[in-house]
Order: sequence, then C-alpha cells, then structure tokens
Amino acid sequence: MDFGRISRRHLLQGSAALTLGAAAGARPAFAADTTIGFIYVGSRDDYGYNQAHAQGAAALKKIPGLKVVEEEKVPETDAVEKTIESMINLDGATLLFPTSFGYYNPHMIKMANKFPKLRFEHCGGLWSDKDPKNAGSYFGYIDEAQYISGIVAGYTSKSGKLGFVAAKPIPQVLRNINAFALGARLANPKATTQVIFTGDWSMPVKEAEATNSLIDQGVDVLTCHVDGPKTMVENAARRGAMVCGYHVNQSPLAPKAYLTGAEWNWEALYPKFVKMIAAGESIPNFYRGGLKEEIVKTSPYGEAVSAEARKHADEVKAKFLSAEGYAIFKGGLVDNKGKTVIPAGTDRGQKDPELEKMDYLVEGVLGATS
Amino acid sequence: MADGSIGLWTVPLAVLGGAIRVSTPFLFVSLGECITERSGRINLGLEGTLVMGAMSAYGISYLSGSPWLGVLAAGITGALLGALHAGICSLPRVNDVAVGIALMLFGTGLAFYLGKPLIEPTAPRLPAIDFGWWSDIPQVRAALRVNVLFLIGVALAPILYWAFRTTRWGILIRTAGESSDAARAMGHSVLLIRLRATMVGGFLAGIGGSFLSLFYPGSWNEGLSSGQGITAVALVIFARWDPLLCLWASLAFGGAAALGPALQSVGVTSGYHLFNAAPYILTLAIMIITCSPKRTLTGAPAELSITR
Repeated sequence: MDFGRISRRHLLQGSAALTLGAAAGARPAFAADTTIGFIYVGSRDDYGYNQAHAQGAAALKKIPGLKVVEEEKVPETDAVEKTIESMINLDGATLLFPTSFGYYNPHMIKMANKFPKLRFEHCGGLWSDKDPKNAGSYFGYIDEAQYISGIVAGYTSKSGKLGFVAAKPIPQVLRNINAFALGARLANPKATTQVIFTGDWSMPVKEAEATNSLIDQGVDVLTCHVDGPKTMVENAARRGAMVCGYHVNQSPLAPKAYLTGAEWNWEALYPKFVKMIAAGESIPNFYRGGLKEEIVKTSPYGEAVSAEARKHADEVKAKFLSAEGYAIFKGGLVDNKGKTVIPAGTDRGQKDPELEKMDYLVEGVLGATS
Repeated sequence: MADGSIGLWTVPLAVLGGAIRVSTPFLFVSLGECITERSGRINLGLEGTLVMGAMSAYGISYLSGSPWLGVLAAGITGALLGALHAGICSLPRVNDVAVGIALMLFGTGLAFYLGKPLIEPTAPRLPAIDFGWWSDIPQVRAALRVNVLFLIGVALAPILYWAFRTTRWGILIRTAGESSDAARAMGHSVLLIRLRATMVGGFLAGIGGSFLSLFYPGSWNEGLSSGQGITAVALVIFARWDPLLCLWASLAFGGAAALGPALQSVGVTSGYHLFNAAPYILTLAIMIITCSPKRTLTGAPAELSITR
C-alpha cells in the first residue's frame, strides 16, 4: 500500500466538491496543459502488455502542451476508481486510458457516468449502445501480426513443429494461437503448433517449464501469449530455439533467435486519438483495427529469416494493408477435432464479432481448450 | 528418432529435469526454515526473503557483472531480514507467525519497489555444469545441465542431518527448540541461538532466491516466486523437520511442477489445471494421510508456537 494514495484519498474527500466543479468546467479541447491519465495493471517495463501501453504514453509526452500522468500496478477492483478520481481531481486529467481488461465494467463505466464531460478510452472492452457516450473501447486485431509470425515460423522451422506458450484458453488467446497456426500452414502445410496453457498471465516458472517441454518435443520455433514474454524468449534462445515475440519487440533479449513478432502500435494510435479530440472530432466509441489501421505492427525481421519467408510474409502483409483486406479465418475451417467451425463459403472478416467469441483450436494445433 | 523428438519419454525426462531445475529454491528455503524451526521459531517471512534475495542478486549481478557476488548479496540480504524477524520476535509477547506474515509482505513489497529498474536489463547468469556430456540426445543434455547451487543444496541436506545429530551447534539449536528452559539452564541465551538460526535460515532462503533470478527462470520480474517461498515453508512440516526428507520433498515438488507442461506437450491435454495443481494436491494428500488427532506431529520441535 503506498501512502501517497491514502493521503490523496483523504485530501479528495475534503475538496471533492470544489475540484469536481473545476474539472467539469474544463473543456476537452487540447490547448495548453492538457493532462492525460494512464493506468496499468502491472509494471510498465515488463517487456510486455503494459510496456506496450507505456510506449504509447511516452509518444504523447513528446507532444507539446500535453501532460501525462501514469500509475502502475493498479488492481482490477475499486482501486482503479480511486486512481481515476484522483487523476481527475488532483491532476486535472481530462482524457483517461485505463488499459486493463478488468477495468472496464463496472469501474470505468461508473466513472464515465460520474464525469460526463471527460473522455474515457478503454483497451479491450466491448462498448455497446447502453454504455455512456463519453466512454469508448479500442482494440487491435493482433492476430494479423501473429499470422505473419506464423508464416515466418513455418519457413524457419526445420522440424515443422512450432510451440505456443499460452496463459488461458480465452477467445483473444485462442484467436492468436489459431492465426499463428494457420500462418504456419501457409508456409508449410504439414506444420503443427503445439500449445501449452500455463493457467495464468504471469507464471515464470511454468512458462520456462513449458518452453523446455516444447523444445524436448522437437519444437524449434516458439511464440507466446502471456503478460511478460521475457521468460519464454530467454529460455528458448538458451536452448537454441527460434522465437517470435509478442506485445513489444523483444529482439534485444535474443538478437540471434528473434525472427519477428506481433507488437501493439499504441504509439501510433494514441497521438491519433489526441489529434481527433483537438480537431473537435469525436473518437468512435467502438474502435477496432489491425495492421492497416496501424494499431498493431510486426517486428523487423531477424537475420535468421530467409528471403523466401520475407517475400511470402510481405505479400500477405500487403494484402492486410490493401483496401479489400484479407480474411485469416476463411470458410471451410475445421477445428482440431474434425468439426467444421466456419461453414464453406462464408469467410469471417477481421471485424466479424463471431471471431471475438472463438472457443476452438484449428486443425494443425495440438492441444485442447479445456 | 529422426525428427529430434523423443515422444513420451519427454514426460519422465521433464520430471527429472524439473526436479533438478525447479527444486533448488524449495531446497534452500526449506533447509533454512528447517534450521529456524528446529530452534523453536517459525519464520513465515521467507517468501519475502526469497523475493528480496532474487531481486538483490539480480541487481548486484547486473551492476557488478559477477553473478557470484549477486548470490552473496542475496544471502546477506536474507540474513538481515532474518535478523529483523528474530529481533522483533525477541521482544516480549510478540507472535512469530504474525511477524512472519508482516515480513513476507514487507519483503515482497520492498523487492518490487527497489526492483522496478531491474525488470528490463539482462544480468549475467550463473553458469551451469554439463552432466549430460555422455549422451548425444539433446533433451537429456538439457535436462542434466545442473547449477552449482543445486549441488550445494544437495550436499547441504546430509551435512545438516549430521550436524543436528552430532555437532555441539546442532544439539544447541535442537535444545532451544525442544525446551528453552533446558537451554537456559545450560547457560545459553535462547534468544541468541534463535537469532543465529533465523539469520542462517534467511541466508539460505536468500540464496534460493538468487537461483530464481540468476539461473532458472533466470531473470527478475514480479511474478517470479509466485508463492514458492510459502510452499517451501509448508514443505518443512511435510518433511517432518528432517533435512534429508526436505531434499526428497523438494525434488518431488520440482518434478511435480514440471508434470503439467510436460503432459500437455505430449498431448495429454484434459485436466491440465489439475496437473498444474499437482504439487498442492500432493501436499494435501500427505498431510491428510499422516495427521492424527491422537498425537502431535512426530518430529515437531516442542517449542514451536504452532505445536505448543
């Protein structure tokens, strides 16, 4: 418990009425001294999810006239409401980014109702018409970047066995695993992707054990979806396997083993949001996008990536960037139990909400969701 | 096999490798706690000591470039935390369990606070000794890459067993743990014996932490321990305060931790949450089998606040 927060809270009780009036009067037009609040669930230098957001916040700090306040390790409980209130009342924040999934409902919604003139932007939530208009949710189709990683991994693997260290079988994670496996099959139709679930977002010993078990099975290219990919990347590289990163660029951790990676591109998106508000436009409440919208990106190719792999990956990337787009989950898709999960003839485009409910692993993935 | 896979052999090999890789922190913390509890005091704060040890080892290794200096720093940090525990507990009417819980929170909190700038840099790691040179199967060689700390821990268990039975210091510690009156009658300060025992316990737990950050998984982050310190303290009761049993119990816990991922990797995917929970199920099962309402736990030091 930090004492700063306690005293802030006491201070808050006394001056709530006064500062509330002041905050409500502030117009969200980005003149001088606009304050933006960022809230992270973990530590902001975790080489992972939180660091990606912190890089976005750092991009905003460079814009003159903007002040950024940050608080890390805020649990997904009413603690986040207190943090939001103190950022508004004490720091004068008018735009808030509570970046963790569990902040959305009920905490951020409650705050958005309480401060109707301020703007709240949440990462990963599903905004619906019932939610306040000054709240919004944004998220990226990072499976597009995982698909590219899969292609590169498929070409690089000598054994045709790829590994995926995952936290929990929830739709976002399954979508990444499936996209990676489908990408790998573009490169090598016989490639398999073995998945191991560790059970939680940050389990370094389990992640290291999973990495070792996969490599013992002959897996020679690994990727992951956990909060901090550092453990997987370092342990796989030590065993001589290749890796694809996640969340941010981990190539400094394993320069020789790093092939490419699926990265968030918040440093491109956040300044866009700020410019929209400054220009008097409203940010769409439900904001989604992938490579084309510059919400996600891929890491630069490592030296071990062959020319053939680069060419194929760049071709697919160009399709994602094109006006007509590209569907990863095409009609006739079969899961790894032999059941057809997407009927033939109906491609599921990236924006299809069905994909956000994914509960299967596609053919070519070794593993089960339960 | 041609494709470099060893099929189902992965599971026993992973359990063996896991027993070697994962068990070391358990081993050091449980041996340390064994000494402390044999002197009649419980230090539940070893989770905090483990995390502080991991953080300080990583920091010192990063700043000095020498991982061994990091191990030493972790030990010293642990001994200081042990001294703090013993110091507070020597005040009248202080409950050692409550102090331990407070120090556990203090240790982890302080380590997270001081460890902030250490998450990103990469520190030099401890070297490994290759015991798999005789094999040309890469999986076997990987499983048998053993760290010196593990060997020290394995050697320490029989040494402690011997020391408790035959050396003057061992008997003094046990006397303080079995009957503080007897120790006092012999003219020894019970508080001083317990202070030293807790400091040695903290020193070992700190070294256990250095293994986490400097060898396996081998970097500092805030989820690094995920309760291994607490598990190791429970393991001492499970091992009946016997250093040799602590060694076997630590190996069993290490192997059990590797079981979940290994089974998933060979395609046994149903119920992986159950396999991930294997170490805890093992503890519960043995506790239930061995407990009896008719007698106190065999081997429990009589002065421990939980048995008194």
